Amino acid sequence: MPNPFNETDEQAKARKGRSLAIALGLVVFIILIFVVSIVNMGGAIANRPL
Amino acid sequence: MTKPAAITPASASTASALWTDYLQLLKPRVMSLVVFTALTGLVCAGKPINPIIAFVAILCIAVGAGASASLNMWFDADIDAKMRRTRGRPVPMGKVAGVEALTLGVVLSLFSVMFMGMTTNWLAAGLLAFTILFYAVIYTMWLKRWTAQNIVIGGLAGALPPAIGWAAASGSTPLNAWLLVAIIFLWTPPHFWALALYTSDDYARVGVPMMPVVKGAASTRRQILGYSLVLIPVCLAPAVTGLGGPAYLAVSALGGAVFLLLAWRVFRSRAGDAPGEREEGLYDVKAAAKDARNLFAFSILYLTLLFAALLVEKFAGIAPLPNLTGPFFSGLA
Repeated sequence: MPNPFNETDEQAKARKGRSLAIALGLVVFIILIFVVSIVNMGGAIANRPL
Repeated sequence: MTKPAAITPASASTASALWTDYLQLLKPRVMSLVVFTALTGLVCAGKPINPIIAFVAILCIAVGAGASASLNMWFDADIDAKMRRTRGRPVPMGKVAGVEALTLGVVLSLFSVMFMGMTTNWLAAGLLAFTILFYAVIYTMWLKRWTAQNIVIGGLAGALPPAIGWAAASGSTPLNAWLLVAIIFLWTPPHFWALALYTSDDYARVGVPMMPVVKGAASTRRQILGYSLVLIPVCLAPAVTGLGGPAYLAVSALGGAVFLLLAWRVFRSRAGDAPGEREEGLYDVKAAAKDARNLFAFSILYLTLLFAALLVEKFAGIAPLPNLTGPFFSGLA
């Protein structure tokens, strides 16, 4: 298996864990921004003439 | 003010750092108390708030507290490495580079303040920004290594979360919000000095001028009693300002009596007179320091019970006792 970062198994596992944590944080942040935007715009946001 | 370590490059490799090491930089245990007091402020504001907005507001306060903790761990890595209580932290252990703790702190500070402002209001965001700056700059970089009043003044940072929560919910901070701030502010000195009485060896070794190190144990014990005598009436005050109900009054009065008794015992004790009173762990002490240990432990319980009583009363719909101060504390609006 290629080892581009020249790291041990333990380091690769730690890097994967860090990457997943960052990915999860970003996804949660995006979802929060979306939900907060909807809440702040109010329930009638779609009820308007196009 | 001296600051040798934070600007020295980290020698350790962080290739093996786990994501939990970065989480530890945010001091999750301290964060939980911040969340609890901020939630109490938010609920006590008594204004209807969308639960999602409320959740985001509390999240921003928690992340802001974590950010300031990370900045603290970056700056204090040199003394953390020499103290038993803190030497296992990620930066002194070499698991995370100091500059990474700094970066995490700055990024999370910016995100939490901006998100708070855009989600709730800019009063709450401004208070959050002030709290982070006060803890990371005024307390950590200046007061902590300079004056024995470090935790007295610096305690303001830990005391502000209820006001931030209150502002997030209502857009204002009436005197009742500041009363909650005052409770935590006045609670901080007896709480920390009780701990410092039996951990002063650590502080002395690293040159942090905690009260027992600078003024001695007897003066510290006297000041613990003095602050406790001021604290308890302030803890009782919400029962007459239209904030606390009968449960709060009972908790604050009974708990306050126990607090004063324990503070009196510390005053009469020899806690802090002899070095090396601490065994392993925060609560494991030799006989002379037991009174200080008891006050330290009870102070945490007392503060938790006070805020829990307010929360329970609000959620259970128990009306506060009559406001004897008119609109002065509850706000004119």
